[in-house]
Amino acid sequence: MNDDTIAAISTPLGEGAIGIVRLSGEEAVKIANRIFTGSDLTKVDSHTIHYGKIVDPKTDEMIEEVMISLMRAPKTFTREDVVEINCHGGLASVNRLLELVLERGARLAEPGEFTKRAFLNGRIDLSQAEAVMDLIRAKTDKAMDVAIKQLDGKLSKLIQRLRQNLIETVAHVEVNIDYPEYDDVEEMTKGVLLEKTTDVYQEIEKLLLMAKQGKILREGISTAIIGRPNVGKSSLLNTLVQENKAIVTDIPGTTRDIIEEYVNIRGVPLRLIDTAGIRETEDIVEKIGVERSRQALKEADLILLVLNNNETLSDQDRQLFELVNDLELIVLINKTDLADKLARNEVEQLANGHPIVSTSLIEERGIDELEEAITSLFFGGQLESADISYVSNVRHIQLLKQAMSALDEAKSAIDLGMPLDLIQIDVTRAWSILGEIVGDTVHDSLIDQLFSQFCLGK
Amino acid sequence: MVYDAGHYDVIVIGSGHAGVEAANASAKRGANTLMLTLNLDMIAYMPCNPSIGGPAKGVVVREVDALGGLMGQVIDKTYIQMRMLNTRKGPAVRALRAQADKPLYIAEMKHQLEKLDHLTIRQAMVEKLIVEDGVCKGVITETGAAYYAKSVVITTGTFMRGTVNIGEISYQSGPNNQRPSVKLSENLEELGFKLVRFKTGTPPRIHSKSIDYSKTEIQPGDDQPGHFSYETKDKIIDQIPCWLTHTNEVTHKIIDDNLSLSSMYSGQIKGAGPRYCPSIEDKVVRFHDKPRHQIFLEPEGRETEEVYVQGLSTSLPESIQEKMVRSIAGLEKAEIMRSGYAIEYDTVVPTQLWPTLEVKNIKGLYTAGQINGTSGYEEAAGQGLIAGINAAASALNIEELVLDRSQGYIGVLIDDLVTKGTSEPYRLLTSRAEYRLLLRHDNADIRLTEIGYRLGLIDEERYQKFQTKLTLIKEEQERLQKQTIKPSDELNVALEKVNESHLKEPVKALDLMRRPEIDYSFITQFAPADKEIPNDVIEQIEIQAKYSGYIEKSLQQVDRMKKMEEKNIPENIDYDAISGLKEEAKLRLKEVRPLSVGQASRISGVNPADISILLVYIEQGKIATVS
Repeated sequence: MNDDTIAAISTPLGEGAIGIVRLSGEEAVKIANRIFTGSDLTKVDSHTIHYGKIVDPKTDEMIEEVMISLMRAPKTFTREDVVEINCHGGLASVNRLLELVLERGARLAEPGEFTKRAFLNGRIDLSQAEAVMDLIRAKTDKAMDVAIKQLDGKLSKLIQRLRQNLIETVAHVEVNIDYPEYDDVEEMTKGVLLEKTTDVYQEIEKLLLMAKQGKILREGISTAIIGRPNVGKSSLLNTLVQENKAIVTDIPGTTRDIIEEYVNIRGVPLRLIDTAGIRETEDIVEKIGVERSRQALKEADLILLVLNNNETLSDQDRQLFELVNDLELIVLINKTDLADKLARNEVEQLANGHPIVSTSLIEERGIDELEEAITSLFFGGQLESADISYVSNVRHIQLLKQAMSALDEAKSAIDLGMPLDLIQIDVTRAWSILGEIVGDTVHDSLIDQLFSQFCLGK
Repeated sequence: MVYDAGHYDVIVIGSGHAGVEAANASAKRGANTLMLTLNLDMIAYMPCNPSIGGPAKGVVVREVDALGGLMGQVIDKTYIQMRMLNTRKGPAVRALRAQADKPLYIAEMKHQLEKLDHLTIRQAMVEKLIVEDGVCKGVITETGAAYYAKSVVITTGTFMRGTVNIGEISYQSGPNNQRPSVKLSENLEELGFKLVRFKTGTPPRIHSKSIDYSKTEIQPGDDQPGHFSYETKDKIIDQIPCWLTHTNEVTHKIIDDNLSLSSMYSGQIKGAGPRYCPSIEDKVVRFHDKPRHQIFLEPEGRETEEVYVQGLSTSLPESIQEKMVRSIAGLEKAEIMRSGYAIEYDTVVPTQLWPTLEVKNIKGLYTAGQINGTSGYEEAAGQGLIAGINAAASALNIEELVLDRSQGYIGVLIDDLVTKGTSEPYRLLTSRAEYRLLLRHDNADIRLTEIGYRLGLIDEERYQKFQTKLTLIKEEQERLQKQTIKPSDELNVALEKVNESHLKEPVKALDLMRRPEIDYSFITQFAPADKEIPNDVIEQIEIQAKYSGYIEKSLQQVDRMKKMEEKNIPENIDYDAISGLKEEAKLRLKEVRPLSVGQASRISGVNPADISILLVYIEQGKIATVS
């Protein structure tokens, strides 16, 4: 039963500065090792702690500095190999970590599953069994409750519709198989199947993209303000903060002194990062060096590069442009209240299509334009955050990804010239995975579909 | 006056498609078996369509055959037309279907049974079961004969309180005006059985000479007919075609205008009918926009002129049936020989059975076939076989057999019945099987012969032949796995011809065969075999090479399922004592009494959290017994 490896966030969400992602199962160590740079976890002793970095193997992007506790079976909570990844990055990083281990082969734990495993492996004694059952019930009901609440009506309808599309397609394939002689029913072709599969695939892809947007809405667009000393970074920060009545939260980490400040720009939450750096040294590059700043900047969703209208473009400015050229960037030409000394055409050239906004922060001019630029960058200028439904539940996102990969397999099977009845296996799988999101996995509904859609009989 | 008429190991009540397989399996296992039938001339009678097989069903016939059953061999000897269906689709869904010679099928089946050792056949109407202290000990017939046995199999089909309906006419009857079985049904109710009414129907039969075939399309059999039994040799016989015509708007208007006269629409029939086999009334009502429906004209045998009108199942009054039939192209002058009718009958709610088909509350009593709420000859045969095997097992205290969902369609069928029950006559469909790629018609022997041999249903000679086949498959696969094919001009020209890309590097022969357009005969041009390889061996090698990815995926799923199936639920478990189980789950679990956690997880109304709790509870029990 417990042959797979499970993972979950094991600190209460939103509480405490340290987040823990816990893995349990045969592959726990292997999976952690795949995303960890530091010691080779497969070789270290049991019950040891290791410092290192979590890196997304797909992009080589550094996600987080972490401490990993490694405990091998049987002296663990679940009596299986257990790995706990401790990080400090707040909710966003913990979620990111969880997603990573899920992508690398772990399965999201069911509610209460660690405890259940502990019990099934004989770790918890008899007197606790009743409690375990109550816990599973309570956690399951709560998780279902939360999941259903997170799945609003519109989204649920959309997923139902996608499922309906899939099952109609599958029923069509099935009817061709079970009633091969009925000419009343058109033969399903691979072309049609590919088209239908692709349609649903793209819809899910869109949903996942929106999920990313939703995440931005919940967690804020991490925004870095950069620029040479005295161009007005602090003024920009203060303006944004004052203008928008910022919610200032201090989340001191242990590896970096970051102060994050949240400001809300027309419904788009910005999380201003590394603002401490701005305040203290006025120069992020000088402070942490080119390579590290490049890294730090890569983590930002948005860069605000501030230039001084009253000075000519310096090498340092050009260097900054180079650093951020492939990122989401808005260029601010500040101090327009002073004489124009900046070569506009060179700035435009360096900006390479990124928006340029002129401001005078002292005279409070250009701030509307900046806010507009920000919202249009992230939401195509049409932010209807109140209306849009986003998939936010990690479990739902995971299931959508699985459904997508099932459809992907169906599509490649079509390319390979596999027979329809085999391709159908993956399409049906996608249908039933989507069913898990809306809580409907009854296999019999295919049979129902078959008979309501087609006229069959002797 | 009741008298002692004899003692047996196993008694089978009924001789339809379930009864004959039950009797055969039981006798072959060495149990002294008595088969009681209402009418000796109606053994394995086909009251509805004259055909056997088709998707899923055809695979069942092969499974029955691999376990020593009779259906495959008898139809191979008596068919008038054979077709392989779904040839352009994948190997998992290919299926044989035969048009049967009905009278000949009956005669051949009767003769096969008469030749069996350990089997006594007797014409009699059973009215009562002898049940003492929850154990079935025999039966009593209407003539007062008391037959005693260690186990009893009931296979009464649609006979229990059967009621035939034609328009407003309704009378008690078994199919085709045979005597219904009324008292047995009452007896089962007294014994505490939960019974429900189901309904099915059949179309009119018409005289061949009154058909204008020129207005219909011919539907011939295959040039190279296949066969169901692994024992049958390839042969070419003279086949008889079927014919295709269609209903039209006139037909539909006749039906529409007279709908209130149909037994089914007047409210006369209360039983649930099958959706997959609707009457023509249903089709016209539910799919009103369809301008026409297919009608297949199927001969009922070589030595008869009766033709079955497939697609026209009805319970309209006789006079309307005639008008309706004559509105169809080619049937303008059709002479009806038998009218279509709907039949209602009692069935046993199948969740009252264990997966062995033994009745949960009465030891030694088994039910199989249409009485369990299924429909179709093949579904009946599959259940009959399992019930017969297990009735003999119980009587002789030898090994029982339950097939799981990965071993055969028979396993899917019985698991569905005893775990989920059914609200309409149950028909097997390939889509009911989650591992259908493993449940192919070509590998039924590989899946089941070993079991058949172990249970004494397959003889030594056949088993040795099967072993030889397995060895050949393995050796030839190994050869192709070892042998390398090198790129050459000749090879690349051949590849081009079948629209495949050129070979650049040497490959193993088996790997080259994985390409979609490459078959075994292509491979042997470049890597010839050192001996003659039979077609059925080639078929296995090709399928296993080409679909290995999917087969592997299915096998992994089966592994996961098996782990859950192996978690047994203690028989005396008290679901009420498990805190945390939802009320609905408790109710359903108490009703079905699943044997394993796997089976429990398939019960509707039992959700994953309930299963987790059940697991914890069971483990707790284990720990408790240990300490």
